Amino acid sequence: MAEFINGIVGLEGATFGYVVAALVHCVLLLHVVAVGALIFIWLERKVSGRIQDRLGPTRVGGKFGWLQTLADGIKLIAKEDVTPDGADRMLFKLAPYISFAASFAAFLALPFADGWVANNINSAVFFVLAVLGLEVFGVILAGYASGSKWSLFGAMREAAQVVSYEIPLGLCVVVPVFLAGTMNLVTIGNMQAGWLSNWFVFHDPFTFCIFWIFFTCATASVNRAPFDLAEAESELVAGFHTEYSGLRWSFFFMAEYGSMFLVSGLGAILFFGGWNGPVPIMHIIGWADSGGLTGYLANLAGCVNFMLKATVGVTVMIWIRWTLPRLRIDQVITTCLKYCVPLASACFLGALCWEVLDIWSPNHLHLGSKPAHQVNEDWATVPRFPELTNPGIPESGDVYENGPPEMPAEPGPESVDGDTAAVERASDHQLFTSSRQEDSP
Amino acid sequence: MATKTDDQRIIEFDVRTDEMLVNMGPQHPSTHGVLRLVLRTDGEIVSQVEPHIGYLHRCAEKIGENLTPRQWIPYTDRMDYLAGMNMNLGWALVVEKLLEHQISDKARHLRVVISELNRIASHLVGMGAYGLDLGTFSPFLYAFREREKILDLFEDVCGARLTYSYLTPGGATADLPPGWLQRCEQFLDQFEPIIPEYHALLTTNAIFIKRTASIGVISPELAISYGCTGPVLRGSGVEHDLRFNGEEIYTEMYDGYVFEVVCEKDGHYPADEDYPDVPSEAVLGDCWHRFYVRMLEVIQSIKLVRQAMERYSTATGDHGVPIKFNQKLPKGEAYLETEAPRGQMGFYLVSDGTAIPWRARARSSCFCNLSITAEICQNCLIADIPAIVGSLDVVMGEIDR
Repeated sequence: MAEFINGIVGLEGATFGYVVAALVHCVLLLHVVAVGALIFIWLERKVSGRIQDRLGPTRVGGKFGWLQTLADGIKLIAKEDVTPDGADRMLFKLAPYISFAASFAAFLALPFADGWVANNINSAVFFVLAVLGLEVFGVILAGYASGSKWSLFGAMREAAQVVSYEIPLGLCVVVPVFLAGTMNLVTIGNMQAGWLSNWFVFHDPFTFCIFWIFFTCATASVNRAPFDLAEAESELVAGFHTEYSGLRWSFFFMAEYGSMFLVSGLGAILFFGGWNGPVPIMHIIGWADSGGLTGYLANLAGCVNFMLKATVGVTVMIWIRWTLPRLRIDQVITTCLKYCVPLASACFLGALCWEVLDIWSPNHLHLGSKPAHQVNEDWATVPRFPELTNPGIPESGDVYENGPPEMPAEPGPESVDGDTAAVERASDHQLFTSSRQEDSP
Repeated sequence: MATKTDDQRIIEFDVRTDEMLVNMGPQHPSTHGVLRLVLRTDGEIVSQVEPHIGYLHRCAEKIGENLTPRQWIPYTDRMDYLAGMNMNLGWALVVEKLLEHQISDKARHLRVVISELNRIASHLVGMGAYGLDLGTFSPFLYAFREREKILDLFEDVCGARLTYSYLTPGGATADLPPGWLQRCEQFLDQFEPIIPEYHALLTTNAIFIKRTASIGVISPELAISYGCTGPVLRGSGVEHDLRFNGEEIYTEMYDGYVFEVVCEKDGHYPADEDYPDVPSEAVLGDCWHRFYVRMLEVIQSIKLVRQAMERYSTATGDHGVPIKFNQKLPKGEAYLETEAPRGQMGFYLVSDGTAIPWRARARSSCFCNLSITAEICQNCLIADIPAIVGSLDVVMGEIDR
């Protein structure tokens, strides 16, 4: 894109194009977070309305109250920005931005479709979790700096909660990572292309179980009911954001909804095939990986697919929130540390054994004597769109080889040599995958 | 700072730096109005709770010494504003007791219909608000949806939706309007089958049980010694209901009605085969039992309303002629407690022979129920405070009067 812009203005290799391209990406992402939050707040109001036998917003902005959130936003901007006397002024003002920035920055590494990612980093899973974890600092700072006892309680609870859910959350995320053999979210998403049996959640029973643990911990990580202890309105008034008003308060709100979308999107990529639909229509008609306009359209469809999956995740979170009572802080810690950690560990070991013992799995990645981690390393490393026109439906390991045509992989035990050669072509993960190759039976 | 050392609490507060005094209320989302609780907390653990009341005091009793008994009826509405009909009834019966006034059978059955319907409405609020205290919002609105229908019925009867002033010394201000019994029947037919929804959302919900079972346990002895009444007392396993154990003038209203006191006996509630089992975590007298007693009382009230409607439609006589506004009271005094939804509501009337009482006094059930908070909230978590206070189901309007 930078070259494209430089081409228009007639500069060669100038930084101007890169700055503009970066700005465009930033604005796009910012709007995904901001508009996404607006839509999800609207969705929450409509869904909770339906759950509670009422209509939700109906007037503002036409039939379905589309603009209700915008109207609320205008109201929040117009409200007085109060800082309590007892507050630590600088930290008090800083806290909402930390929360929002952390939630927003995590989107940097979240792909919306094949290659549609602001920064395709190889440790994207780690990055997303790490940056999302920073959001907690905003909450703790807000609680500490407000100078209110209720806020302090909220901050303490958040601190206690974060140490309990982060561990099982990390354990859950590790499972799809070792199945894929990479932390690159684009690669992980692409590995699950094909029919819905290719999704990691259907790889084996353990990955299926671990998705639910992941979802539980993800709900806890974004402070949604029944884990919304930090703001527990019936106990702590409003918890950490008791003293916040107007726009600063809305930053917390947007961060919460941004994070909800983020963890749902992460779950969709790690377990539910990301942008790959249940039926590989784009592969059947040959648009996927074709480059050009058709490739763009395929990616657009993938983006819609991904958004839908993430929205389903958000909707389930909303549904849970309006159904369940809140847990107590000791029960949250018990749930996370006493139940989720052992369960996640057991599932981790189970999935590991499944992979090591080479047990059959509906996931095609496993067919043809090819462990999953060997199949698609080159997706991330070899140039995309070689002279390939129709990659067909990826059904078994050999179709998945998008590498040069002189290295076709054949199913069956005799293809191990070919696989090893293919793996060695992959420069980035060579060491990792080769060592795993030696370990596998 | 010599003056400060006079106050022992300040010394303690200064020395023990890890404790924090927190005001919960009077402006707090889960204190059911304007209750103020002063919590002494060590982190999340609450070592001491002190309830403070008086924020809704409106001098109702003093006003009662300046009005005739019928004029005071609207003030009784505003005591337990969630069960105005039951408050009206309590005062009406006391005045009738002093006057030795007999009302017709029809008026008696009408009173049962109305007061038991109001009990359902009141328990619905108690149940929904309890869900709110525990952090679930939807049951509250489900409960209000049904309560609205009862309020619609009350509006047809007396024009008001909250402060009815309908039952009055001598009977009721008006007869039931035509077609009302059918509408009431329709409501009950629609309401009864959806009660399992509430059980699914709350009573049997795993998180709900975790939050309420074995929390805030009140032993029967403790409940009796603090003067707890109503569902709080019955939730502790004490079988006491003024509709059975009350004075003649009150129990004769319920003569011949088939219903049971909702109270656990040998691990079972009366006619509980249709309802969820008592979870193994629950201890008699905990928040779960108090909640469950309310839920089951709704069933009993539905039964009572059905019976009362049948009797009302066949009974002869009128709906009772209200006493005159300036009816002279005989010299003397009368006291009567009735079984209001939240406990035993007592009214005391002393007359010096004029139309205006010399003393009008209301004995609040919630006051006694609330007074136990300090005892049972020791060493619980902050999150348990709304759970315990909510399970007592206090209405500040009745406590402060």
